[in-house]
Amino acid sequence: MIKIVFFAALREQLNCAKLSLAADDNTKTVNDIKQLLSDKNERWQQTFSNTSLLSAVNYDMVDGSHLVKSGDEVAFFPPVTGG
Amino acid sequence: MSNHSHLNEISIQAADFNLADEVFLLEKHNVIDGAIVTFTGRVRNHNNGNSVTTLTLEHYPGMTEKSLAKIIIQAKERWDIGRVKVIHRIGELSIGDQIVFVGVTSKHRQDAFAANEFIMDYLKVKAPFWKKEKVIDAGQASENWLAAKNSDTDKAELWS
Repeated sequence: MIKIVFFAALREQLNCAKLSLAADDNTKTVNDIKQLLSDKNERWQQTFSNTSLLSAVNYDMVDGSHLVKSGDEVAFFPPVTGG
Repeated sequence: MSNHSHLNEISIQAADFNLADEVFLLEKHNVIDGAIVTFTGRVRNHNNGNSVTTLTLEHYPGMTEKSLAKIIIQAKERWDIGRVKVIHRIGELSIGDQIVFVGVTSKHRQDAFAANEFIMDYLKVKAPFWKKEKVIDAGQASENWLAAKNSDTDKAELWS
């Protein structure tokens, strides 16, 4: 199982804070997961077409080619605005 | 030597903080550091010409602490610094409220000045916090997520 979490404006646009993805035998990258999510419907596709979105795996910022394994927590969120 | 653990260095909290208390802790039993540099960030009353009423801060629990810990380690590798404290508030804040605190001690002032600015610059672009503001624009209330500023990214890149 792969846990996927969304934050801030992205969470509101998707109206979804988290979901789980069954981990199958196929090796997946962060980009593959993004593609799977985009395929859900038009709204998700539109939301994930935003190229400024950031991604993290197990609390570390990663790029799209990062490999995801079962048990990982994958996060998608807009550029950060703290401080 | 500083014997603060990383756990003591980072606090993500809804509660306010007190500058004098934080300086006291940075100084306590610390006679090797001659310099203390502190930064406090507060909520402004305006953004892009609109009147801000409140600011809500969301964060990613777990990743926030991890990313700040990494930034502090980088600062310690780069400069000869003693103690570090980073506080970031979450939840709903009002105009004038304190949002963020960064305190750094060092033997000499240059290291504390530079490390403090570095930590703040990196926090701005790497720590997962997001601000949503409630604004009143021509009498109309609305809520907006703040957009990230290129100037913050550019400023952080100057350290690399």
